[in-house]
Amino acid sequence: MVVFIIRRTLMMIPVLLGATILCFVLVDIPNDPVQDRVFEIEQSTGEPVPQTTIDALEASWYYDRSIPERYWIWLTGIGDTNGDIGLLQGKWGPSIEGSAMDIGYEISSRFWITLRLVLFATIASIAIAILAGVVSAVKQYSKTDYILTFLGFLFLAMPIFWLGSLFKEGAVQLNKLLGSTIFQTYGSGTTGFQGNGWEVFVDSLPYLIVPTLVLMLGGYAAISRYQRASMLEVMNSDYVRLARAKGVRNGTVMRRHALRTALIPVATFAPLALSGAMGGAMVTESIFGWRGLGVYSLDAINAGDTFAVMAYVLISGVVVLIGVLISDILYGVLDPRIRYE
Amino acid sequence: MSNTASPRLDAEAITTKERGQWEMVGRRFFRHRAAVVSTVIFVLIILFAYVGPLLWKWDYKIHSEIPSWAAPSLAHPFGTDKAGRDMLGAMMQATKQSLNVALVVAIGSTVIGALYGAVAGFYRGWVDSVLMRFLDIMFVIPFLVITGALAGAIDTSVRWYHMAIILAVFGWTSIARAVRAEVLSLREKEFIEAARSAGGSDWHIITKHLIPNTMSVIIVSATLQIAFAILSETTLSFLGLGIQSPDTSLGLLIEAAGASAFNEHWYLFYIPGVMIILIALTINFIGDGMRDAMDPRQTMVRR
Repeated sequence: MVVFIIRRTLMMIPVLLGATILCFVLVDIPNDPVQDRVFEIEQSTGEPVPQTTIDALEASWYYDRSIPERYWIWLTGIGDTNGDIGLLQGKWGPSIEGSAMDIGYEISSRFWITLRLVLFATIASIAIAILAGVVSAVKQYSKTDYILTFLGFLFLAMPIFWLGSLFKEGAVQLNKLLGSTIFQTYGSGTTGFQGNGWEVFVDSLPYLIVPTLVLMLGGYAAISRYQRASMLEVMNSDYVRLARAKGVRNGTVMRRHALRTALIPVATFAPLALSGAMGGAMVTESIFGWRGLGVYSLDAINAGDTFAVMAYVLISGVVVLIGVLISDILYGVLDPRIRYE
Repeated sequence: MSNTASPRLDAEAITTKERGQWEMVGRRFFRHRAAVVSTVIFVLIILFAYVGPLLWKWDYKIHSEIPSWAAPSLAHPFGTDKAGRDMLGAMMQATKQSLNVALVVAIGSTVIGALYGAVAGFYRGWVDSVLMRFLDIMFVIPFLVITGALAGAIDTSVRWYHMAIILAVFGWTSIARAVRAEVLSLREKEFIEAARSAGGSDWHIITKHLIPNTMSVIIVSATLQIAFAILSETTLSFLGLGIQSPDTSLGLLIEAAGASAFNEHWYLFYIPGVMIILIALTINFIGDGMRDAMDPRQTMVRR
């Protein structure tokens, strides 16, 4: 098992390298932040920018070299640098927002805010998907089944940004109605709140409810349809019939015999749900005014800030790959036929 | 047949009609009630978007004679927005642009994905390994970030065809996976061996034998791709990384409606939202109906 995990972790490295190279090229080629900044300065001062300023800008952002060189220096930090770049040395590179905006600091302070939301949403959506799928399968062709199936289709068709806007305004209305603030609809925590990890977490809960709900409803539908199909297949299989024939109680058959096998295909969808929630977090964070990673990446995209976009790509890639790894391990736990030697 | 045969043989005559493959598929599809209703609604939406602007007097632009923030009425069935735009005209244009994107993405990404998946499945070995590793890379790259970054980097104002190309170039991976899985089993069949022994080239086998035989998978994926494209395009437009004004899109309309879900301008928020949901919902039902209709294992009996 340990060998399996180590091998899979090593296999992530080429995938991450490929993904970052592709992203770096695609984000970097069409953007020219130096030119944008020069244009900005010209607009504000009304004078042409001296060549020395342009050179200084290019040097500080490493735009005085070619894309392959820039990628290499971003990755390793080996070569002629200002000492602020080199991923392998723990430096994320300069942000074009200036030295006040340290990418490493921004990423680490925002990481937990986003991860909290994404993890809650993923777990909640998988849980509700299993529940809805199993109920649908057990009560096949009943009213409950039809209603759940239709709801699944409906949420599959609903864009997260619309659902998010609707729920946000709905929560505001509900707060007004109840005269309380059970649901916080702006920000990810009380501004300026200080405390240890647990206190910060408790403080953030009212802010988490609505965005988590939105991401959960946006992500559960696809999985629940697979859960229903796989549960139906298992329920019609011979060994479940045998268990029934032996006289095992219905609840036990469902729980012990059917559900456990029916969960296996759903493990495939856990990483998909995770990457869906990462994408959805970009949307919900911008709607609910969170200062999380998703919003950071959006700002970086709008500014053409290559190194900041790359930081997001890398982190989201690592999170998704860890999700894939966990789902592979889950396979082994759920399916006795699979053994990791 | 019966008029040439003697009356005695009438009882033995085959009474079932011969039906072609597509006729069977059509009959099965029409049995799927939700899919048929969805098809009708989807056709109506297409008419609304493409024929509607020819019939309705207002377009999607701002006109000085249109009152600002008028509630839905006979003159403006979907109301007007703050700047003085007729929302019915704006909805027609927005739906048209979103559908344009969706249809081009569906076709483009399906062609890329089907070829990619067929080549990977057909050659297997190291070609397959390389192609599949590339798919892994595509899976790891955050879709909204890369498409948003490319759309955001377009210097001129972003048009629908920019969005269509960007989404098609990054949206084909699920189709490639589905087609590859199908081709992996098809390539072992006898008729492929026959084609090869008759001297068919690889390209001939892929395009003339493998892809036509995966058509059911491809058509279903292409249909679902429309829903995927609509949702991606509107999301990017909502985030300000997609279609930009003066043009309009369903995502932009919702973004402009802002926090009006529960105030007197509710119609600005709900109408475009319901339109997106209707398109994606009907497409999903149609895809579902097609999957049932084209599945050769389908037995006509509900399981």
